[in-house]
Amino acid sequence: MQPNPYLPYPVRIDEITIETEDKNLKTFKFSFLDPADEEKFAYRPGQFAELSIAGKGEIPIGIASSPTEKGFVKFTVNKVGLVTSHLHKMKEGDVMGIRGPLGNWYPWDLLAGKNVVIIGGGFAFTTLRSSIIYMLANRERFGDIHVIYGARTPGMLLYRQELAAWEARDDIHMHITVDATQDPSWKYNVGFVPTITDQKAPAADENTYAIICGPPIMIKFTQPVLDARGYAHDHIVMSLENRMKCGIGMCSHCNVGQYFVCKDGPVFTLAQLNAMPKEY
Amino acid sequence: MTCIKIDKQLWAQGLAAAEAQYRLFGPVKQGALYQFDALAAGQTPDLDGPNTRTSARAVVYPQSEVLFEYSLDSRDPEAHVLKETPAPAPRAALAVRPCDAYSFVLVRRNFEAPDVKDVYWLRNYAATVFVGLACDRPCSTCFCTSAGCGPYHEEGLDVLLVDEENHYLAKTITDKGAAFLQTAGWRTPADPEAEARIAQRRSAAEARVVSTVPTDRLAQIPQLELYAANFWQDVAFACINCGTCTYLCPTCWCFDIQDETRGNQGIRLRNWDSCMFPLFTLHGSGHNPRGQKVQRVRQRFMHKLKYYVDKYGDGIQCVGCGRCVQYCPVNIDIRRVCELMNGYGQNAACKVA
Ligand SMILES: Cc1cc2nc3c(=O)[nH]c(=O)nc-3n(C[C@H](O)[C@H](O)[C@H](O)COP(=O)(O)OP(=O)(O)OC[C@H]3O[C@@H](n4cnc5c(N)ncnc54)[C@H](O)[C@@H]3O)c2cc1C
Ligand code: SF4
Ligand code: SF4
Ligand code: FES
Repeated sequence: MQPNPYLPYPVRIDEITIETEDKNLKTFKFSFLDPADEEKFAYRPGQFAELSIAGKGEIPIGIASSPTEKGFVKFTVNKVGLVTSHLHKMKEGDVMGIRGPLGNWYPWDLLAGKNVVIIGGGFAFTTLRSSIIYMLANRERFGDIHVIYGARTPGMLLYRQELAAWEARDDIHMHITVDATQDPSWKYNVGFVPTITDQKAPAADENTYAIICGPPIMIKFTQPVLDARGYAHDHIVMSLENRMKCGIGMCSHCNVGQYFVCKDGPVFTLAQLNAMPKEY
Repeated sequence: MTCIKIDKQLWAQGLAAAEAQYRLFGPVKQGALYQFDALAAGQTPDLDGPNTRTSARAVVYPQSEVLFEYSLDSRDPEAHVLKETPAPAPRAALAVRPCDAYSFVLVRRNFEAPDVKDVYWLRNYAATVFVGLACDRPCSTCFCTSAGCGPYHEEGLDVLLVDEENHYLAKTITDKGAAFLQTAGWRTPADPEAEARIAQRRSAAEARVVSTVPTDRLAQIPQLELYAANFWQDVAFACINCGTCTYLCPTCWCFDIQDETRGNQGIRLRNWDSCMFPLFTLHGSGHNPRGQKVQRVRQRFMHKLKYYVDKYGDGIQCVGCGRCVQYCPVNIDIRRVCELMNGYGQNAACKVA
């Protein structure tokens, strides 16, 4: 019997955390109803899953937990439409499904021994959290790690306690920023992500890779900065978000050129994207 | 492979016998149109018309298909858990045109990818025996011989029927086809010259497909150059994004997944969708990567005539059935578009008439 790739694993919501001051982003921590499913759900940072709510539908969401964290999986979800709004109304203890892991991941084999610069904006920081936790758990496998992460205001940053903990470490260079703030106790950067990237990103070299994830506007203005700093396009790694349904390369919703974002991506290097139609 | 002779007097009787084991589908005349549809008990397919408006696609890939069932009843210990629907019983697609049968071979490349299998499409495909009807009177819009198949093409068929007035010759192509003929009770071997006659008729029928489309340069023109070609606005100008072309096309397969609940019980089903619709790519944020009509029309043609040519290196994702040409309300003709694409760079001044 073929496994049915449309069949979600049943999961229970164990914990719901409100992440941002506008309450529009919540982190959901799930455990598998059948503990054996956790092993089948072996994933790598950068992958996503379809969150499945019977009666409402499915949505693709990046996996925010790291495979080095055991016993649960985490997703951080922005409330925008039908399924996400319903999810925001659900309670701890409720049963739903997750289907995956789906898509490719950040190129961890390639990144071994390299310097990694993570650049994130807004709520697209989810798979970047996964990546940071993963790299810190395997710290000896990577060179310098820089994180440039920005949000509109301090209250809109995700994972604030973890950010503070990473700030306190000396094996990861954190460059947290907000667009603007009146908060006198704010002790980090103020400015848009592209500006901070220009100031803080290490100089490009053969051994340094940038991973960018954020809203289109941030990517649009960050890329020229990286270009100017000499980053080669095959050293810039990005994650795309197209509308999806199946998540497994069947339904064609996410199709760009000869690729499916859900299956051949969502992670592409800029060099790969340059050879594709800009339909994302 | 063996050839069976089916006396037309034994046709209905054979189908009645087959009906005990197979759900039958075939061409059915509805008003002025022929549709490929499920046959009622005792109904025989209408074989005298041109190819059907709807293709046999729905036999394997129904317009709406239930993937799962679920209960939302809090007293149900399995509430909110999805249950797979049972596999289908055997079915026979009768008098499928060779182009339509070949379309399943093309679409299968997607549903049976090396790493992921679409269990629903595959189980329906496996449950179906394809009994083809060779095509002696191609339409003026048919260009199958330019699209990797032809009026007697056998790829994707289990049996090929050839109409010789008072009887059919049934060329057995697979064991699955032989089992169907056996069940129908058609066992009379054809005369020794039958195969030679089929070959002759095949050449004659192929010669009757007069519409040809050049595809030889599609692979070599760089993708992004074709994407940026100057003719897309002209091609898309009249399109009303009705989606007819994609719904009738046997080689289109886009779908959407939806949940429907009544009371405490519900189903998750997939429905045909179309890249011609703006909602198809609309993000929750309001951003739409193919928000303009011209982008969607380009997507349809690039997908069939370039992206998949590059992806599989095995020709176009089109079998030349001509449905989109016949039924497009504004006469957008894939043959003209293919010519423009294939000639791109050579005849840059050319425009769609
Ligand atoms: C690889 C990937 C990772 C993502 N990661 C996250 C994440 O970590 N956190 C987060 O909050 N959001 C993420 N998104 C976006 C999220 O999928 C959409 O916001 C969500 O699908 C909207 O669903 P809805 O039903 O609330 O909205 P509606 O607008 O009601 O959408 C209806 C349906 O359209 C589809 N859809 C709509 N917008 C999108 C979109 N942007 N991307 C994909 N499908 C869409 C879905 O199938 C959805 O069910 C990700 C998207 C992708 C493709
Ligand atoms: S694109 Fe048109 S001619 Fe080609 S298979 Fe589809 S409907 Fe037939
Ligand atoms: S059938 Fe014609 S008008 Fe309708 S979507 Fe297709 S190309 Fe456009
Ligand atoms: S989401 Fe269905 S093909 Fe990518």
